[in-house]
Amino acid sequence: MQDRELRKDEGTTMTETAPMTETAPTASVESPSTPHLPPPPEARVRPPAERPAEPPAAIPRSSDANWSKPVDRLVVGEVPASAMNLNVEGRRLVGPVQGFGQLWQKRYRVRLEGADATPEQVIATWKSEFGSFWPKGNSFYGPITGIAPGEVALLNLSAPGGQTLSTGVMVIYADDESFTFMTPEGHMFAAWITFSAFRDGAAPVVQIEVLLRANDPMYEVMMGLVGHRKENAFWLATLHNLAGRFGVEATATLEQTCVDRKRQWKNAKNIRHNAAIRSAAWTAAHPRHWFRRSGEA
Amino acid sequence: MTTGTTTVEVRPLAAGASEIAISGDVTSASEGPLMDAYVRASTDGAKVIVLDFSRLDYMNSGGIGLLVTLLVRVQRQGQKLMAVGLSEHYRQILALTRLDEAIGIHATEAEALAAAGA
Repeated sequence: MQDRELRKDEGTTMTETAPMTETAPTASVESPSTPHLPPPPEARVRPPAERPAEPPAAIPRSSDANWSKPVDRLVVGEVPASAMNLNVEGRRLVGPVQGFGQLWQKRYRVRLEGADATPEQVIATWKSEFGSFWPKGNSFYGPITGIAPGEVALLNLSAPGGQTLSTGVMVIYADDESFTFMTPEGHMFAAWITFSAFRDGAAPVVQIEVLLRANDPMYEVMMGLVGHRKENAFWLATLHNLAGRFGVEATATLEQTCVDRKRQWKNAKNIRHNAAIRSAAWTAAHPRHWFRRSGEA
Repeated sequence: MTTGTTTVEVRPLAAGASEIAISGDVTSASEGPLMDAYVRASTDGAKVIVLDFSRLDYMNSGGIGLLVTLLVRVQRQGQKLMAVGLSEHYRQILALTRLDEAIGIHATEAEALAAAGA
């Protein structure tokens, strides 16, 4: 249960073991040679010790249909009455430019050794059962139409103190081998999250790549205390569960880089949208939800 | 310089301004050539960096992430980042991702330079 910093070059790059929880798999260590962006999902990947700068294989081409159209404000579709539906409707999307905290790039990977599935099949399963791979206590209320460009999903996440944090994501890109989420105002992160699968030799490899800034000063403090650890455990557990869906007991890896150590103080006012504060305030005002835990119907 | 299907060419535009013309694909695999080009474009103290996308074939979410990394470096050096030659499709993607709030998007180099005050 110990984070281990392996490398820190002028505050830009570090690779560390992932924190362990009951649901998180053991993480192994990858050592990036330079503080660079990882190869694309289409690229073949060798074991960390011999990873080369290898040219990508065939790159799927995007079309207009793969990307969402620009949206001004988010609209939430139908969600179960039991869901806490806050902090998404009417909010704007935010990315690393609009966030507050340090800019982090994280890449989580798991190799599905022996799985009889193509990357397209893995992604199809991931899209259709997305929330089922999340650690217990967190709920993903996706659109009935599935994960497709422009769709908005509501998230009820387990927060400290048994609280539920209500936020969401929008699907900004989706094809047969990948899909990308972007977060709304008030979410913990101003982020892009790309889920992808590609083939490395005979085995499919599944990857989650996140480019994020904490959205406001409160979240930034939380990230330094427990947020990074929880975030890493969350996605490593998700990959572990996804691997299990394909009959593979696999070890996920984490590689993370601090791309920009500076905070964007001009965006400190983002705290007015803070979903954790607003969710807690809403819960306090609704006593019948005091003992409800996230994920309960 | 060519890597994979990414080709970049650096040329001076005006006093204090350089252009990086990008051909082919921009994905996360394009980091090497793009960052090398940025270093060369900044060698003469350019305060404005213009990205010319008029020969861009394809850019995925990894390429969008790369633009953020480049933007961080540009802002750290007190420079301005501009883009010209974007198709309507990629203009919409930069609007969707709200990168257009940090990268000035213009139809031509002349417009970009005028907007940057270069």
